[in-house]
Parts: sequence; C-alpha cells; structure tokens
Amino acid sequence: MWHLSRKGINLRIKELHSDIAHLQDLSISIGNVTEETWEEPMGPTPFPSMTTFRNWDLKLLNRYKPFYLPFCDLCCLCTYGKCDLTGNKKGACGITMPAQQSRIVLLAACIGAATHIGHARDLLTHLIEKEGQDFPLDIGGLNIEVEAPVIRLVCGIKPETLGDLEQVLEYCEKQVTQLLAVTHTGQEGNNLDFESKVLHAGMIDQVGMEVADIAQISAFGFPKADPEASLVDLGLGSVDSTKPVILVIGHNVPPSTEIINYMRAKELVSDIEVTGICCTALDMTRYSTRAKIVGPISWQLRYIRSGVPDVIVIDEQCIRTDTLHEAMQIQAPLIATSEKNCLGLPDRTDDPVDEIVADFVSGKVTGALILDPVKVGEVAVRTGLAIAPLRKKQKTLPTRDQLISFAKKCTSCMQCRRACPNDLPVPQAIKAAATGNLSLLDEIYDDCVGCGRCESACTHKIPVHSLIVAAADTKTREETYKLRAGRGAIQDIEIRKVGGPIVLGEIPGIVAFVGCANYPKGSREVAEMCMEFAKRRYIVATSGCSAMSAGMYRDEEGRTAYERYPGSFEAGGIVNVGSCVSNAHIAGAAIKIASIFAKRPLRGNYEEIADYVYNRVGAVGVAWGAMSQKAASIAAGFWRLGIPVVVGPHGTKYRRMLLGRADKPGDWNVLDARSGEEVYGGPVPEHLFFAAETKEEAMVMVAKLTMRPNDTSKGRAIKLTNYIDLHKRLIGGMPPDVYRLVRTLADIPVTMKDEIELHLAENGWKESPIPDPTLLPRMIRKTKEG
Amino acid sequence: MPLADSWMTAEVPGPKKASLIIKPDIADAMIRRAKRPILIVGHGIIEYEVEGKKLIDCLIELAGKAKIPVVVSASTNREFTSRGFSPAAVLPAVDIANRLADPAWKGLDGRDGYDLAIFVGLPYYMESTLLSGLKNFAPHLKTMTLDCVYQPNASWSFPNSTIKDWAENLKGIINGLGE
Repeated sequence: MWHLSRKGINLRIKELHSDIAHLQDLSISIGNVTEETWEEPMGPTPFPSMTTFRNWDLKLLNRYKPFYLPFCDLCCLCTYGKCDLTGNKKGACGITMPAQQSRIVLLAACIGAATHIGHARDLLTHLIEKEGQDFPLDIGGLNIEVEAPVIRLVCGIKPETLGDLEQVLEYCEKQVTQLLAVTHTGQEGNNLDFESKVLHAGMIDQVGMEVADIAQISAFGFPKADPEASLVDLGLGSVDSTKPVILVIGHNVPPSTEIINYMRAKELVSDIEVTGICCTALDMTRYSTRAKIVGPISWQLRYIRSGVPDVIVIDEQCIRTDTLHEAMQIQAPLIATSEKNCLGLPDRTDDPVDEIVADFVSGKVTGALILDPVKVGEVAVRTGLAIAPLRKKQKTLPTRDQLISFAKKCTSCMQCRRACPNDLPVPQAIKAAATGNLSLLDEIYDDCVGCGRCESACTHKIPVHSLIVAAADTKTREETYKLRAGRGAIQDIEIRKVGGPIVLGEIPGIVAFVGCANYPKGSREVAEMCMEFAKRRYIVATSGCSAMSAGMYRDEEGRTAYERYPGSFEAGGIVNVGSCVSNAHIAGAAIKIASIFAKRPLRGNYEEIADYVYNRVGAVGVAWGAMSQKAASIAAGFWRLGIPVVVGPHGTKYRRMLLGRADKPGDWNVLDARSGEEVYGGPVPEHLFFAAETKEEAMVMVAKLTMRPNDTSKGRAIKLTNYIDLHKRLIGGMPPDVYRLVRTLADIPVTMKDEIELHLAENGWKESPIPDPTLLPRMIRKTKEG
Repeated sequence: MPLADSWMTAEVPGPKKASLIIKPDIADAMIRRAKRPILIVGHGIIEYEVEGKKLIDCLIELAGKAKIPVVVSASTNREFTSRGFSPAAVLPAVDIANRLADPAWKGLDGRDGYDLAIFVGLPYYMESTLLSGLKNFAPHLKTMTLDCVYQPNASWSFPNSTIKDWAENLKGIINGLGE
C-alpha cells in the first residue's frame, strides 16, 4: 500500500548517457509518497499544529494555574522598551506581566527545542552522509518493537530508516519556527495561550530528542536497550594523566567518534586518554567503553585548569564560552567542530591535516574551526601525541604557597560571595586560607557549580575558583567512580513486566533524574536521592549531567549507585538512558506503558495517551540542577504528557511554577470513564512544576507526586507508606494532608493504621470512590443516559 | 557594602524596590499595624548562631510575642518541634507563596487572608523570586523580610548587615513587641 504523506522521494542522477539524451546533475523530486507498512489505523492527530491540543493544555493549566515569579520586572525585547510591567502595568505593546513571563518561558522552551532539533539535524545529516538514507533503525533488536514511541504518537508514522527521520525533523523545524514567531511583539497576548504553546514546544522537543538518539544508537552501534550496558570510568581521578589526553566537551558526538575511530585505525587506543565533559562524554562511552567521563558541565573550569587535557575539542551546547581563553592559558590547542559554535576561529576545514597539526604544535595558532568530523579525529589525535611532551601538563592552578599568597590579598569585600549563585561563604574560606587553613575552601569545592563568577567579581584579581580547586587537590584525585553507559530505550518486554504494577501502584513510581548541574548543594544530593528511591523499590531513571552526578558518590560499602543497583527497568533499578537527547526514552517508556501494557492506540493519538499517563502512570521527573533552556523544554514535554517535574530552588528562576491547590476540592474532579459522572479524583498529582527548597523537601514531594487517581488501594497504600515514612524522617511528623490522599479505608497502610485513622478522624475525612479517571469526555465508555 | 543593593549582585528586579528597615522599630510598627500577619521560615535559619544563641530561638520568641502563625518549609519543622514549638503549618515555600497570592484564600485557619507576610531563612534567590511573585500579583499583601540581606522584591527589607547586627535587629524587634 502506498500513501501520500510528508515523505518525499528525491531522485538524483549524476550522469546518464542514452540514445536520446545526455543528462548531467539531474535532480527530480516526486511529491510526498511513502510506503505504508504499519497496520495500526491512523489516530486523530498526526503531525499536530500548535493549537491541536489547546483544549488538553487548558485542562492542565486550569488545574495547575501558573504562579508567576518574575525574574525581572521589565520587558527589554523591543525599542518601545524598556517597559516596566510591575504589578498590573502594561507595556507599550499592551502586554501584561503574566503574558510577558509566559512569553519568556516560551522563548526558553523554543531555544531548548531548537537546540535539540538542531542537534538532531546535524547528527542525522552526518549519519545519512556516512551510512545512507536507507540505513535501518535498530535500537533494540527483537526486544524493541515500538522503536520510536514519541514519533509514532506525535507524528503518526513508523520510521524504519535514517531517511524516514527527515520528514519528522522537517515537521519539528516548522513547529519551532511557528512557535518562535509567537513571541514577536504584538502576537499572542494571553498568558495561558503562551503556556499552551510552551507545552507544544516541549512535545516537539521530545520528538527532536528521539530522532537524535534513535539515529545515533542505530548508526553508531550504541548499547541497544541493554540493561547490562558496561560500567565505565567517571571522575577526574580516573584519567591517566601520564598519557596524552584529549578532552571533548558538548553534546553532539560525531567528532568524538571519529577521534576514537582514528585511534582504533592507528592502534593507539591504549596510548591516549579520551575524556569528556557533559553529554558528549556520555555518548562517547556508549561508543567506546574506554573513553572516560570527567564530570558534568560544572567540571569544565576545574578540569581545564588542572592542565591535564592536551587538546580540547568542543562541539555544541552547554560549553563555556570562554573555553578558548581557558585553553590558551594551559597552552592546549582548541578545535571547534560545530557551525553553531565557531568562537571566532579561522576555518581550517579544507587545510591539510599536516599543516594544522604543525601549527598547533608550534604554537602558531591556538585554535581552529574544523567542520569535518573525520579530519577532527586525525588532527586531535596527532596533535595530542605531538604536543603532550611539550606541554608537560601545564596547569594554571596555584601551588599551596601561591594559594596562600593570593589569599592574603583578600580584603573581604564580599563581592565573590555576592556573585556566587549559591551564596557560598567564599570570603571566610579565603580568610582561613591566608592563615594556611585550606579546609574551608576544600569544603566549598563540594558545593561549587564551577561558574567562576567569584573571580570575575574579585576586585583584587584573585583567581578564586582556582583557589577552591587547588585546595581540593586531594579530593579531585580521588574522584574515581563508575557509571553504567547509557542503555538507550526501554525494552518492550520490560514494559510488559512492570506496566501492571506501575499502573496499579504496586511499584510506587518511576522517578527520572534529568538535567543540568546547577545544584544548590553539590552533586552528592542527586546520588543520595537516586539511591533512596531505588532502595524503596521505585524505578529510577537517569540521564545527562544528573546521570553522572548519580554515580559520583559511594555508599558505605564503597559502591556507586550503578554498581549497587541493576540497570534494568524494574523496581529497584537505576536506569541510565544516556545523554540529554536520551530523555525521549523516559517519555517513551511512559507512552509504551499506555500502548503496550494497556493496549491504547498509539498512532497519532497524543491526547488519549497523555490522559492515560497523567491519570495512571506514577512518573515524576526531577531536574535538581536545571539550568538551561533545554531543561525548560524537556520539562515542558513531560508536563504535556501529564508528568510532574520537581526542580531545585534555582528552578524558581524559570519564572513560574505550575501548582495545584489541594485545598480546593473543586479543582480535582475527573470524569469516571465507567459512568460519565464527574467525580472527585483527589489532589493527585498535586503539582505539575514544583521547586523544592531542599533535597529533603524534594524527596517527600516526589513520593507524593507519584500518586494517581487510578491507584488501586494496594498501590495507594504502598505510595502512602513511602510518603509518610519520608515525611516523618525528613520533615518531621505525619504529613498534614494524608486525609486528602486516602480515598477508602483500604488505602491505609496496615502498619500505620491506628495513627492514620486518628488523623482522618481529626480532619473530618470522608470516603470517596476510586474512579476510572479521565479528563476526556470521549473516553467515557457509557453515557449517563445509557 | 551598599546597604540597599541586592545581596546577590545581579538580582536587580526593576524600578519598584523594598523600603529599608533602618531600625527595628519600623518592623515592629509594621507587625503591630498588620491585622493578619504570617511568618514563613525557611531552612537557612537553622545555620545561624550568634553568641551561643540560635537565631531560630529568636524567631520563636518573636512569633510568640507577636502571636504570628508560623509556616515552616522544608526540614525546618524538626528544629521547631524539637524546641517544643508547633508551627501553624508545614508547607513548601512555593505552596505558601502561591496561596498568599490568592486574594480569595482564607488563610490557614479558614477565617481570612493575610495582610503581611514575613519571610526569613529561604535561599536568597528563591526568596527573591517568591517575593517577586507576591510583589506583582498580590496587591492585597505587604511583605517583609527579616533576613540580614537586602531583598528588593519585598515591601520592606533590612539592609545588608552582619550576622551580629542581624541578631541585634531581631532582638530589637522582640523587645519592641514586648513593650
């Protein structure tokens, strides 16, 4: 069967000689045709526009009304401005503060989505050039039948080859362009419509991420949904600095793979260390388990200044924009490899490798732009080998004596502390260092996010960040951990096994730790949270910088989270899916629970699946160090699917929370799909976007947010047990809202029966029936009349 | 250091900035004038101690004298209950701020909304954004911070000061309330 669709056929003829003609460089495009091999009927909303799910979005947004937290009272986006929007003032264009805040959120979500989609585009172009349009997608062999749940759900197509992903990306690019246009002066004026479009950007972002990851898993041979993906080295201390060291930073892995390819081809694998920071590092270890992950994005300054890297290769996203300057300080050549991040460097893409290497080694040039990943591989390796003996690991970190000498210059003006995102007591630590006591600086290292604002602010040009890192020298050398390489997708069979227990509530929830490293109190908190939820038999997923942080801590037996817990998608598993773009697999797992376990139609059927996930799948995202615009769009993708996201205290800077009001019973009605009656479903999940003040508050909230209206009594009892136990231990006392979460007496955990019954009596509790919940009238199986 | 600059240098909100509480009497007057004040205490308060006295004890004394209901966020609850003080509510900071922004909210006791919200002990940047939410969307509410750093998004804030001066200010408020 053949269908007209968005997929085109392009025919290119380089040269053709025949009796009637001689053709050269002929290119023919034959409409949009695709072969249909998927028997599932098309659902109602393939390739949705930005208003297709507006009603669904408004249902969510009316329950979780935005609580705006303006980060800035002004609008500075056009020449009418600056406009003061404080209170109920309007800008020159008529915009109000709520609309302006949601507009900025939309901008952030568009930046995030565009970044993942742009990443996917560059990656796909590279892979198609390398492997061809017809290269088959394979992300899990026979273990994965639903290879692209997000694409199937949103676009209504079943991609089978790299070429099939082109039309998906074209759709994403069009949507993001339209969404970005919405933020122009004098377009949208209503805050909830802006918010609806934020959710659309998030959904599109998930599609883009899925394209990127399934393409690279297939073409690079990354672990294919493997629960036993290898344990790889993590941490500054794991790097053998006696060898030439290449550092790659960023997110788009082709240059890194070519570095490894060149080393393999030249049998140099054991002669050079290839190390990475941020998601490129994660993806590199999916390609070669010999590669080493130094740490999350906050490790950039500290690692470069250590002098260990001999060559620095950057690709795209989350790379410090002063990397060239930092590289120059340690005399390590820098190779920029992405059109998105040229850093003012000369384009040497077409120059001979010998010339570029010679220029680097002689010090004639400090950096170069090379837009050919294969050439990057050769240049990086050869330069590393040649320059390492000359550099002698030149570092910029001070010796102990230099550190003390710098510290003596400090006048305690407090500018460093006032610049610090975490308000760390830097001046006190430097004052102590001036007397030879480095312990306070060493302590600050643990909580430092590595931004370097402290030294930019210093009025005496003290390299404050370097002082912190130098004081923690012993600690950094001991940073040797293990991380399970990103496994990619979740197997269909895993979904079949856990689908029932999750939907019934017997597995208390899926908790996904995702996002950046702007932590309020260091990486360790992520690891502690992961281990606690795994111990409590939740399914824990990790990705991106959070996946690294989860591994940067050892339990009392010296094991990291990945050594202690299995990598399978099961109760008590800690599942590293991979890099930022692998987040699509976490959304995909929730979607597959609806489609594989519950057999809900998947194809182009977003609203029904989101309704299912929202009401039945107890999943929660935690972006404890969320910093970037990508984190904003990733979160938005989860919100539209009905999955709540908890962020750390810095997350309030995303300009609004999406908070439910448990104290307003009227907000929590659902439709009972059995009867069509509108009934009380309880305040679950209570919030859609919530910033916790501390790790303790986050953990308690996560336990609460896994509750869903559909929980069976047995499942709700398990979830309540975790919630109450964590609250008692971390906050103190019985949670004040248990009476709102108990629907029937059968929900009460047996071990807490007496105290809960007393609590219920004190709060005038009344029993409420457990509905078959939905927010969609079309899901009602029986009307009131009949 | 300038007294009325944002403590975190770059947290500059806009034209509307908090009035300075230059002496404890001003805070006293605000608290006395309020019909329905409420105190929100974050976990940061636990860390501070001056001359052997924990600042949390000052707050307990203050809340008792002024008869202000106390909402504690995060794990601050433990510190209060271990001192025999029962907060009026344990609520996350974003939750209580969201309720305070609602002019129809009838308060923790179901009687009426609040007209003065006093914040202390939250992370500076988080308190700043929450106060911004209230500054912009809760015209029915005045806000005050008792922290030792200037919070421009509040209605009233102490200036940037030392921990010792901070403790003196809190004592001054308590003494004033007791008169």
